[in-house]
Amino acid sequence: MEILVCIKRVPDTSENEITVNKEGTDIEREDLVYSVNEWDNYAVEEAIRIRDKVGGTVTVVSLGSEETEEVIRREMAMGADKGIHLMDPALEGSDGRGIAVALKAEVKKGGYDLVLTGAQADDGAGQVGGMLAAMLQRPFAALVNHIEVTGADTLRIGREIAGGNQEFSEIRLPCVLSIQTGINEPRYVGIRGIRKVASVEIPIHGISDIAVPAETVGKTGARVKRIDYFTPQLGKGAEILEGSDEEIIDKLIEILKSKGRIK
Amino acid sequence: MAPMIAYILHKNGVIDDTALELKSAAEMLEPEAVPVAVVMGSKKDVEGVCQEAARSFATVWKIENEALSYPNAEVIRPLLSRILPKGSIVLMPHEHFSMDLAPGLSICQEAAYLPDAVGFEAREGQSLRAVREEFNGMVRTHVACDLTQGAVITLRPGAFTPNERKDKSGQIIDKTPEAFQEGAPTLQRRFIELVEAEAGDVDITKSEVLVSVGRGIEEQENLEIIHELGKVMGADVSCSRPIVDAKWMEKSRQVGTSGKTVKPKVYLALGISGSFQHLGGIKGSPFMVAVNKNPKAPIFHVADVGVVADILDFVPKLSEKIGEAVK
Ligand SMILES: Cc1cc2nc3c(=O)[nH]c(=O)nc-3n(C[C@H](O)[C@H](O)[C@H](O)COP(=O)(O)OP(=O)(O)OC[C@H]3O[C@@H](n4cnc5c(N)ncnc54)[C@H](O)[C@@H]3O)c2cc1C
Ligand SMILES: Nc1ncnc2c1ncn2[C@@H]1O[C@H](COP(=O)(O)O)[C@@H](O)[C@H]1O
Repeated sequence: MEILVCIKRVPDTSENEITVNKEGTDIEREDLVYSVNEWDNYAVEEAIRIRDKVGGTVTVVSLGSEETEEVIRREMAMGADKGIHLMDPALEGSDGRGIAVALKAEVKKGGYDLVLTGAQADDGAGQVGGMLAAMLQRPFAALVNHIEVTGADTLRIGREIAGGNQEFSEIRLPCVLSIQTGINEPRYVGIRGIRKVASVEIPIHGISDIAVPAETVGKTGARVKRIDYFTPQLGKGAEILEGSDEEIIDKLIEILKSKGRIK
Repeated sequence: MAPMIAYILHKNGVIDDTALELKSAAEMLEPEAVPVAVVMGSKKDVEGVCQEAARSFATVWKIENEALSYPNAEVIRPLLSRILPKGSIVLMPHEHFSMDLAPGLSICQEAAYLPDAVGFEAREGQSLRAVREEFNGMVRTHVACDLTQGAVITLRPGAFTPNERKDKSGQIIDKTPEAFQEGAPTLQRRFIELVEAEAGDVDITKSEVLVSVGRGIEEQENLEIIHELGKVMGADVSCSRPIVDAKWMEKSRQVGTSGKTVKPKVYLALGISGSFQHLGGIKGSPFMVAVNKNPKAPIFHVADVGVVADILDFVPKLSEKIGEAVK
């Protein structure tokens, strides 16, 4: 099976405090640690497992700046066979739709049977996968947490729905699936793995390589544009206990006692 | 004026609470508009839902068919794009079903897609200024959404104040013939079965006190300190999603929209950032204590009492003191 996994480089929220810059034009990007979007890492792991079972190749594609190459290489170290880097000044400032337009062109060019995306990106909202599927006129399922290859052109999939219940369906290939966390346990990538792929060439595709008209992507193509960033001020907020750990713990125990929660 | 559509969710013949949130959002967008409620489902389910929707919406479009007895987005999307006028503004709640349906619908409608809006601020002509969250609520953004060719907008459940007024006796229009004029859509994704989440060893939905742990615990071995605190407090232990994804705890202990809905009296959130999917599983406004090393963590917006500390350090000390206090 020919599988394409779409991955995004994002600031790692478990490693960073995300704050707004002084002007409110962006988040503070200095000293941020970036990694591959958590959901996408699960998607790559799943693709590798499917390939190892039924054969074929796994390609990872990412649209982004120069540094995006790092995350492509990381996912190749994990076991993806090929990488593609989509980069072009015309793609800068794309909204979810613009990203999907470029990815669609890449899918057409490569002719993949199965396209996986993450269910959502940390700085996105779960839109690219569903848009991409509709543009390709291929069946789609969001929040997939189980995949079984059941035939030459069918998969049995589980979708996560409210309350942790699971909805099972049969879907036809070629299709697009957005992957939910927890579908598998992504393998660990060590320094040795990274070294192995350090010199593999990752082709860079610009919009002319994939025949995408400039006005359909980037800032011009965007229908939803960020105006500014701000820090939410919600409710009255928690009463923050101050003092030494001992003092804080005493206060907390008093509070819990008053709530009848400890005697 | 663009047609305003509210896509109504329902389950077992009962209308979802979010319907009233869609109504108030529609009125914010266009005070003069007469939003149309769209209800799709099997005959058995839709009748009651349409009648309930008609108490809040002047017009209700009903689409009923056995093919709709289970809400399959791959069936509903093509049917919707047959009946929705081009240029419509379509509203629906942001949850598991709409994440499946909405992004693709915006492409079918050639409309903009504004996902997971938490507020509308202003409308200038065909540009809507809305508020969104990024990075699990750590920051918010204002966005401008171009409504020129219509839009599909999903709303964060609970973010828009519901319009409770039920003063309408709306007209129910059967749109089934129009939706199925070209027959049923070709089925590329066939629903097979629903598998309910497994019950675990404890039922956290009944717990009065929950000691809940998140990704801040860092390693599986560290969970011991959380269980110890649970023990000295006589509380049950629950968790956020990453703990379950890592297979460190059973799914039955996960609190949130894709886990359990809990209603404790006291909730201790330890190393949990406070994403809306997590908070969505906590009902009945418990007294909430949050311990987090990041003073800007969104959980502090909703907690009653906060401690800025490293849980690996703080929790063992807390357990020890409580242990002494209850002796
Ligand atoms: C469709 C969908 C459904 C979802 N359903 C759920 C759900 O049901 N339940 C759920 O929980 N999530 C759910 N999620 C995931 C959700 O979006 C968040 O990713 C998740 O809740 C984050 O969990 P967390 O707060 O434990 O981790 P993080 O967001 O990573 O937060 C960890 C927190 O710990 C703090 N911290 C780190 N180290 C320490 C330390 N040593 N001491 C103190 N604090 C520390 C950090 O400052 C941070 O605030 C869902 C997501 C999607 C897309
Ligand atoms: N710049 C990008 N390059 C490649 N894939 C992307 C990009 N942005 C988003 N995606 C994919 O779309 C998914 C959902 O992202 P979003 O719609 O932004 O929340 C991600 O998990 C990725 O799989």
